[in-house]
Amino acid sequence: MSAAHASRALVLAGLACLLALSAKAATVDENTVREIAAELRCVVCQSLSVADSPSETAHQMREIVRERLAAGDTPEQVKAYFVEKYGLWILLSPPRQGFNLLVWVLPFAALGAGIVLVGVLVRRWSRRPRAAAPGPSPVDEATRARISREIAEMDR
Amino acid sequence: MSEGRGASRWLIPLAVVPVLILLAYGFRTNPRDIPSPLIGKPAAPFTLRAFDGAALSLEALRGRVVVLNFWASWCYPACYEEAPALERGWQAYKDRGIALIGVNIQDKEEPAKKFLGQFGHTFPNAPDPAGRVSVDYGVYGVPETFFIDRAGRVRFKHVGAITDAIFKGNVETLLAEKA
Repeated sequence: MSAAHASRALVLAGLACLLALSAKAATVDENTVREIAAELRCVVCQSLSVADSPSETAHQMREIVRERLAAGDTPEQVKAYFVEKYGLWILLSPPRQGFNLLVWVLPFAALGAGIVLVGVLVRRWSRRPRAAAPGPSPVDEATRARISREIAEMDR
Repeated sequence: MSEGRGASRWLIPLAVVPVLILLAYGFRTNPRDIPSPLIGKPAAPFTLRAFDGAALSLEALRGRVVVLNFWASWCYPACYEEAPALERGWQAYKDRGIALIGVNIQDKEEPAKKFLGQFGHTFPNAPDPAGRVSVDYGVYGVPETFFIDRAGRVRFKHVGAITDAIFKGNVETLLAEKA
């Protein structure tokens, strides 16, 4: 094998490597990148996600997500990397476990308690006038006797 | 019934108390002050190319106290306030074996070099163009300064402009420790 052949083989091998690399990079699904980025809090603009923020930091973080996915990380591993560096703060929705579970449960518990409270109050308010109705008759005995007497007189 | 009504008369104003306590606690804390999970953990290795072309690697500094400062030329005034303190710290401790590295993030080369020239920094500074080192250190903004001990663990993190006292205090603590 001549030197020219060897160098041509090297170039071909290099090209093959490049192709393989670009093919590997191309397998990263942009939707997955977006999904992960949407779950990460942008560190410089705390109310936006990394997917929505136009900042340079967010752009760099999306690039890191893409790179880690290309390197074979699962979406869970990518998120775990960011949590390791920034803490759970980086996740826009806290994990549904332990103390954080409260955040997920409390709104629904409060809603349920509110509905029960309204139900109880509505029942109590709608019952009160009915309970008041069968009270002592406003017509006293003497008047009643007089009414029956007069009815009897009319019939005569 | 009258007993129940008496209790509820107390309950409603009493319910305000935990809310007030929560608010009193919440309003006293700084929402930007988020504890770094990196304290006590091994510092992430990095290799950067300094503005002057030299290679900077954390691995090569093992066994030394390392101060890692993240800054940007657009970070005014905090980075401008701390710059002289950093240079003073470097002058005071470089002979005692510390390493001080400035990491320039989210910046352009030209204003960054102008900043370095303006303050006459003599310690190495390097850009982090892809932001990898910043994310590895969980950097939120600039300036942030990390103090790494001889064993290569992140020990202190300072958010905001560094002062002579903070620099000295942290560096002295770490220098006093055996490797």
